[in-house]
Amino acid sequence: MSGLRLRGLRVDGPEGAIVRGLDLDVAPGECVAIVGESGAGKSMSARALLGLVPEGLSWSVDDLEIDGTSARSLTERQWRSLRGRRIALVSQDALVSLDPLRRVGAEVAEPVRIHEPAVRGDALADRVRDSLDRVSMSEPDERARQYPHELSGGLRQRALIASALSAKPAVLVTDEPTTALDATVQVRVLDLVRRIADDGVAVVFISHDLGAVARVADRVVVMHEGRVVETGVTAEVLASPRDPVTRELVAAVSHEPLGRAPRTDAPLFTARSVTKRFGERVAVDDVSFEVRRGRTLAVVGESGSGKTTLARLAVGVTAADAGTLSFEGRPWTPDAARGSDRRRVQLVQQNPWGALDPRWSVGRTLTEAVAAGGVRRAERRRAVAALLEEVGLSPAFARRRPAQLSGGQRQRVAIARALAVSPDLLVLDEPVSALDASVRAKILDRLLALQSERDLALIFVTHDLDIVAAIADDVIVMKDGRVVDSGTVSCVFAAPRHPFTRELLAAAGVRPPGA
Amino acid sequence: MTVLARRTRPGHTVALSISGAVLAAIALAAIAPDLLATHDPLLTDVRSALQPPSSAHWFGTDQSGRDVYSRVVFGAGRSVGIGLLATGLALFVGVIAGSLSAVSPRGVDAAAMRVVDVLSAFPEFLVALLVVAVLGPGPTNIAVAVTIAAVPVYIRLARAQTRSLAATEHVEAARIIGVPALVVHLRHVLPGVLGAVSVLATIGIGTSILAAAGLSFLGLGPTEPTAEWGLMLSAGRNLLLQAPWVAVFPGLAITATVVSVSVIGRIVRARSEERGA
Repeated sequence: MSGLRLRGLRVDGPEGAIVRGLDLDVAPGECVAIVGESGAGKSMSARALLGLVPEGLSWSVDDLEIDGTSARSLTERQWRSLRGRRIALVSQDALVSLDPLRRVGAEVAEPVRIHEPAVRGDALADRVRDSLDRVSMSEPDERARQYPHELSGGLRQRALIASALSAKPAVLVTDEPTTALDATVQVRVLDLVRRIADDGVAVVFISHDLGAVARVADRVVVMHEGRVVETGVTAEVLASPRDPVTRELVAAVSHEPLGRAPRTDAPLFTARSVTKRFGERVAVDDVSFEVRRGRTLAVVGESGSGKTTLARLAVGVTAADAGTLSFEGRPWTPDAARGSDRRRVQLVQQNPWGALDPRWSVGRTLTEAVAAGGVRRAERRRAVAALLEEVGLSPAFARRRPAQLSGGQRQRVAIARALAVSPDLLVLDEPVSALDASVRAKILDRLLALQSERDLALIFVTHDLDIVAAIADDVIVMKDGRVVDSGTVSCVFAAPRHPFTRELLAAAGVRPPGA
Repeated sequence: MTVLARRTRPGHTVALSISGAVLAAIALAAIAPDLLATHDPLLTDVRSALQPPSSAHWFGTDQSGRDVYSRVVFGAGRSVGIGLLATGLALFVGVIAGSLSAVSPRGVDAAAMRVVDVLSAFPEFLVALLVVAVLGPGPTNIAVAVTIAAVPVYIRLARAQTRSLAATEHVEAARIIGVPALVVHLRHVLPGVLGAVSVLATIGIGTSILAAAGLSFLGLGPTEPTAEWGLMLSAGRNLLLQAPWVAVFPGLAITATVVSVSVIGRIVRARSEERGA
């Protein structure tokens, strides 16, 4: 059998083993997914398949066969003749992986130039066109002349795949190829990956997203702490996971709508026909919504749909050009937000890596926040400890710096900071999109508990419909700044009115009845 | 899955220890020259003028019979001091002016930046010369001149750092929880600016020492018989063929200082970039 055959991969780092014995067989025409949380050893395994283990780590295999060639003990020079030609890698972030100073055509041509120097001139241009065609790039000749920054995220990922395929490798390793993409774009790239496998390439698909895996993979290998905990046919593993790790992964992506009874008290926060322009571009166009205490409004849309601008309007850091926002019936503008109501509307930002001052310990950051919330000096230490416990961290975390925290821990600290000033409304801008599925589920659970303890109103901005089901009562779906669908979560999920909502639901794997 | 293979660079540690040793010696000479000097740096002895290096006079003697080694030792404080003072002043003025400019109204900021543009359009040394020409010669004026010549870079960096830090998420978060804007600036923005600019300063010290020595070489700084490296170099330049040691040793002292300071500055910068990455 050609394709890929791996036995007993081990990667050891200074702090212990990263991969502890991975076996993998991928036949031509087959797509095998490696899934797991970050730190499970997936990416390191992917890199080892190409002999790209970072310096300072040691690795070994009992057997590694790529497209019929043994790659068990190769020199760097021998590896180079294999990479691109027999086995190729598509990594997560196309913007980083593509050279910003080179045109797409040159990028796609590079593997051919290296491995088949005889192909030149028109023949090379034909190959580039074929590769771009193969990844369904429209107008391949024009795309070849463009630079990566001129392409959208989806097209960049396609360009990267095209460059990986241009020297016609037998094995393609893709490392989280769709994580950075919008849901509907994700689906198209996933379909492309499936088609590449159907064309006879052996595809290794690394992902933490079981929805994506279900769409493309024939078989799945679940990794946890460097070990394989479960393996089998995708549909079977997802339908009846045996290992607790797999069960947790599967549970984290399937949510039933909450179905809480609607509240009838006066809305805490209201937006009426709010519009915000940036120059010519209308970021938020005639948007209205209401949020009540103890309830969650989800704002759903793809990147560029105006979600984040809407969040910033709600927090009161940006002024609306038209329409009104009101908090407890009083007008809510950036000027009003500088006044005594400032602390009552708080924000949790998307990026947990930038949200905390890197020089400050967690304790210092939270102390600043409780001080801003009016807690007296003598009680601040206790207030900080209480906050940490509220978000599920031990008080010992107060001594840590952001660099010593994981993404999930940072986001908990950011939530604790926002809660420190006892807000009534919490605006969360994609608070869990940078986190692993199981961490995400824990933080969402924590948020739901905090919501009922504090009778908090939440505005939850997300692109992920699973999360909407898990946490929201009402939802507005945004596209190009406008609200295209709105209502209670169960209504919108059961009977989406706008085609875009249907597309989003389909991309998330939610099948509305009758659709 | 971030496993960082920390590379060890043996070259760095060797360079670091040599530069460190040189600077330690110079610092000692600047603080307590009496410990290192073998003679009185100002004591003239015409009978033993222009003697080559020997066990009695390690670096030889100059045209007035003064011990060149002792003069190099005593010159350290003044020569390095002017450079340090100038860099410190430039850092201080640069951070204040740069971060003020960054938070000023657009018109004020633009005007300030154009002044900085004009200053940085001329070579640093030329600006320093011009300032000394206006203020008149003397060690203090040299320090001021070198400060003015060096300050545009600091202003520019401080302004850029202030602007980018003020736009970061954690600074916005502090503002949103209700911390007053000025307090946010002092607590979250300025320390970061100071960090970045200090790294630049460690590299700038070398340039400032060189500029200061250059100005006193031209006779614009301290006057005879003060022991100062630039001045000694100047005095020895006519004797280069006859008694090279008079000029060579102060010259070597300047070179060793500037190279050591720059090496350490670059290592500091590399470390801080690693941390930032």
